[in-house]
Amino acid sequence: MTLASYLQDFEASAANGGGRPEWLMPIKRGAIDRFEALGFPDRNNEDWKFTSVAPIARTVFGRMAAVDTLPTAADLEPYLIGPPEWPRVVFVNGHFVEALSTVSGLPDGVAVRTLADAIAEEPEFVARHLSHTASVEGNSFTALNTAFITDGVVLHVEPNTVVEHPIHVLYLTDARVGEGATYPRMLVVLEHHAQASLIESYAALHDGVYFTNAVTEVSLQAGSRLDHYKIQRESEQAYHVGTLEATQERDSHFQSLSFAFGGAVSRTNIYTVLDGEGGYVTLNGLYVVHGDQHVDHQTRIEHAQPNCTSHEVYKGILDDQAHGVFNGKVYVHPIAQKTDGKQTNQNLLMSPRAKIDTKPQLEIYADDVRCTHGATVGQLDDQAVFYCRSRGLSPAEAKTLLTYAFAADVLEQIPSRPVAQYLERLVMERFLGSREG
Amino acid sequence: MLEITNLHAGAEGVEILKGINLTVNAGEVHAIMGPNGSGKSTLAQVLAGREDYQVTEGTVRYEGKDLLEMEPEERALAGLFMAFQYPVEIPGVTNAYFLRVAYNALRKSRGLEEVDPLDFMDLIDEKLKTVEWSADILERQVNAGMSGGEKKRNEILQMAVLEPKLAVLDETDSGLDIDALKIVAQGVNNMRRPDNALLVITHYQRLLNYIVPDYVHVLVDGRIVKSGGKELALELEAQGYEWVQEAGAAS
Ligand SMILES: Nc1ncnc2c1ncn2[C@@H]1O[C@H](COP(=O)(O)OP(=O)(O)O)[C@@H](O)[C@H]1O
Ligand SMILES: [Mg+2]
Repeated sequence: MTLASYLQDFEASAANGGGRPEWLMPIKRGAIDRFEALGFPDRNNEDWKFTSVAPIARTVFGRMAAVDTLPTAADLEPYLIGPPEWPRVVFVNGHFVEALSTVSGLPDGVAVRTLADAIAEEPEFVARHLSHTASVEGNSFTALNTAFITDGVVLHVEPNTVVEHPIHVLYLTDARVGEGATYPRMLVVLEHHAQASLIESYAALHDGVYFTNAVTEVSLQAGSRLDHYKIQRESEQAYHVGTLEATQERDSHFQSLSFAFGGAVSRTNIYTVLDGEGGYVTLNGLYVVHGDQHVDHQTRIEHAQPNCTSHEVYKGILDDQAHGVFNGKVYVHPIAQKTDGKQTNQNLLMSPRAKIDTKPQLEIYADDVRCTHGATVGQLDDQAVFYCRSRGLSPAEAKTLLTYAFAADVLEQIPSRPVAQYLERLVMERFLGSREG
Repeated sequence: MLEITNLHAGAEGVEILKGINLTVNAGEVHAIMGPNGSGKSTLAQVLAGREDYQVTEGTVRYEGKDLLEMEPEERALAGLFMAFQYPVEIPGVTNAYFLRVAYNALRKSRGLEEVDPLDFMDLIDEKLKTVEWSADILERQVNAGMSGGEKKRNEILQMAVLEPKLAVLDETDSGLDIDALKIVAQGVNNMRRPDNALLVITHYQRLLNYIVPDYVHVLVDGRIVKSGGKELALELEAQGYEWVQEAGAAS
């Protein structure tokens, strides 16, 4: 039913000039064909065993309409990170808003463009990278995103160039114009020994039902370093599926920090392939959910070459009847000797009805490796609560303090102080709100 | 200040305290000594409001109020402080933050404005001196990764910041070497005032050389079997607990 509506949508927009430019059309058509063949995943699909996307599949999400009135600078305030001079690119309902964006002051060798501009101005570059890292093969949502590529951001940093401030790409949604879907698409290419930080954040200007389906492709060339933040604070009625796929060449360093607070159902995929010796990846994440929220993270680290290191810490705090899912795969190829892999997932259940399915998955085909993994599920320590109370803290204050402490070691991994402050505040507000609610 | 009358308390259906009577007045230092398992920590925890213990009989009045009716934090805010025998570790929270939150909870309860981190630093500097510690300890996590001795000292630092009216020290001396013991005792002595009181729980007489008690009580099997002046501690040290245990059984 809904499958047909996506196909119709696709044909309509193709006929309507959505096919431009011509070289992109086969990619899009290939993607919609894949989507048609795959359909939405069901629970028999091993990758979606604990997460039902039925609510997404049964809703007909057309393209999100543009808003009638743009948000003001004041409306934007709660979502801004760092000082005003930091570069930022703002989208509302999938449409780029130039008036709210600033990308001046970037050094030579750094290009931040909208995807639409990059397709027009740098078609060879885009064609070389788009839909190369993120595969449409087994992933319905990536296929759907690819079929509906319109806009997003391209970050291209030339060799040996260092971008000082994080670049913030903010996807805002205002569903008062009606239900709909957006398909943000990002392309990040750091050439050899380039360095940059990118913040990808998703937020709702108003609560409502909508669907964000985002794909980010990252290509890290030799010796480059990317700090990537994903901050997901969608409406608690909204659906979010976001996939980031990276390839890492020799000696590159990818630090991914993923924070999830919002969404009725949300799924974040973070996949990287360590495809050159000396590659280093850290995947850190924190999810804080309550009510009826469902939050799912799937990470996949592929050690495809020797002497690479991967460290991963994901933490979850689940209240009320919220449901969390964590699936962390580490795949070590036969040639990937001297792999150093460490993975942990820790969860704090704040209510007896909260639930977590956690599944670390190691597949190791090399013999000289050091890989560990572990998962824990626990409650707040009664003794610690009592200790705090015996020092004058109320039970609510004690819980907030201890919950925050649980999250602290993920927050401490944040390399940028202003980003850390923003997230610390979000986490704190979240705990306080949760207590009152 | 504190009046315990016929206190019976237990856990998991087993009676541990079997009728404690004890009165502590402002300005006094009371020591409670007793063999392991006699119920010393249970008494301390019941006074602090630990819910794992059930009071089955008796009353505890603190400054005229029914202490047993108060929540643990109400007791703390009313000036009761218990230094834990086994301080709890809170990884992820710095000492500086924890001390400030506790201090501000106290100020809030008195209708005073909270202090900001900078002003708090001025205050804490002076408190650190009472336990002869450098400011490095403030950036450490609360008790996590600390040695046994450091944890005990940390309890006394908290006490110095919160300035309680009645402090219950549960085996604060155990695990301390003699130098640390002197520092801790000195810190506690510096806090003594005519309007506050101390209940010092210890297994050994050693600490009482430095914190000199006005009264010594011997707790055996959930009952105070003997009370006396500070010389009782020395007698106990010389003769061992069997001596009072027999006396307790005989009485
Ligand atoms: N929470 C508890 N549940 C069950 N038994 C307890 C509990 N706490 C203490 N006890 C028992 O009560 C007795 C007294 O313990 P405690 O008060 O810790 O003694 P002390 O501090 O004098 O060594 C011991 O036999 C101990 O095993
Ligand atoms: Mg004890």
